[in-house]
Amino acid sequence: MLTIPKHFIDDIISHAKEAAPLECCGILAGKDGTVTDMYKMNNTENDPDKYLMDAKEQFAVVKDIRAKGIDMLAIYHSHPHSPARPSGIDTKLAFYPDAIYIIISLQDSEMPVIKGFLIRDGKVEETAIKIN
Amino acid sequence: MPVKVRIPTPLRRITANQGEVDAEGVTIGGLIEDLEKKYPGLKERLCDETGAIRRFVNIYINEEDIRFMQGKDTSVKDGDEISIIPAIAGGSEV
Repeated sequence: MLTIPKHFIDDIISHAKEAAPLECCGILAGKDGTVTDMYKMNNTENDPDKYLMDAKEQFAVVKDIRAKGIDMLAIYHSHPHSPARPSGIDTKLAFYPDAIYIIISLQDSEMPVIKGFLIRDGKVEETAIKIN
Repeated sequence: MPVKVRIPTPLRRITANQGEVDAEGVTIGGLIEDLEKKYPGLKERLCDETGAIRRFVNIYINEEDIRFMQGKDTSVKDGDEISIIPAIAGGSEV
């Protein structure tokens, strides 16, 4: 199970709200299933229904994660106007079967919903996230 | 002389779990052909049916994105480090 310290959850929600009406995106990294590092990434898609991480920033994060000896545990992005579940395009473009895909829905902006999913070979499975 | 190619986690199933492999070639395209011989199935993950690098695959020579160089024709020299990084992308249902 993925464990995420509460302050990262607060930061993810803030990131999603700042980015709305566009989608936000980022990477969570850590060790043994516990998140220790959060990377807010730039979404290079100027389209409210898509996200694409800035490739250069992503490369820098890959190297930082390697240098720290931690692992990329999760990938998050927001759905400003739709539920917290992977869309068809999320499933099609899920290239990291070992990462947990976290989706933050701001459909009800007063009550953001955060869920985690494993997306493998086109199959989506919700997975529990522990917040502490 | 072989160059070092860094393989991302999602493609390590094809490279027997190795995060770093050696490949030979004078261009990125040549390296991909060499990698395909050693690790069958890898090319399909990197290139589409026309042989072009897939839109959601980023390849770097040292610090440079080959998309801003000569793509698959970009020359590779001894000591270069190649990194393959699948993009992270998606969206919401429209």
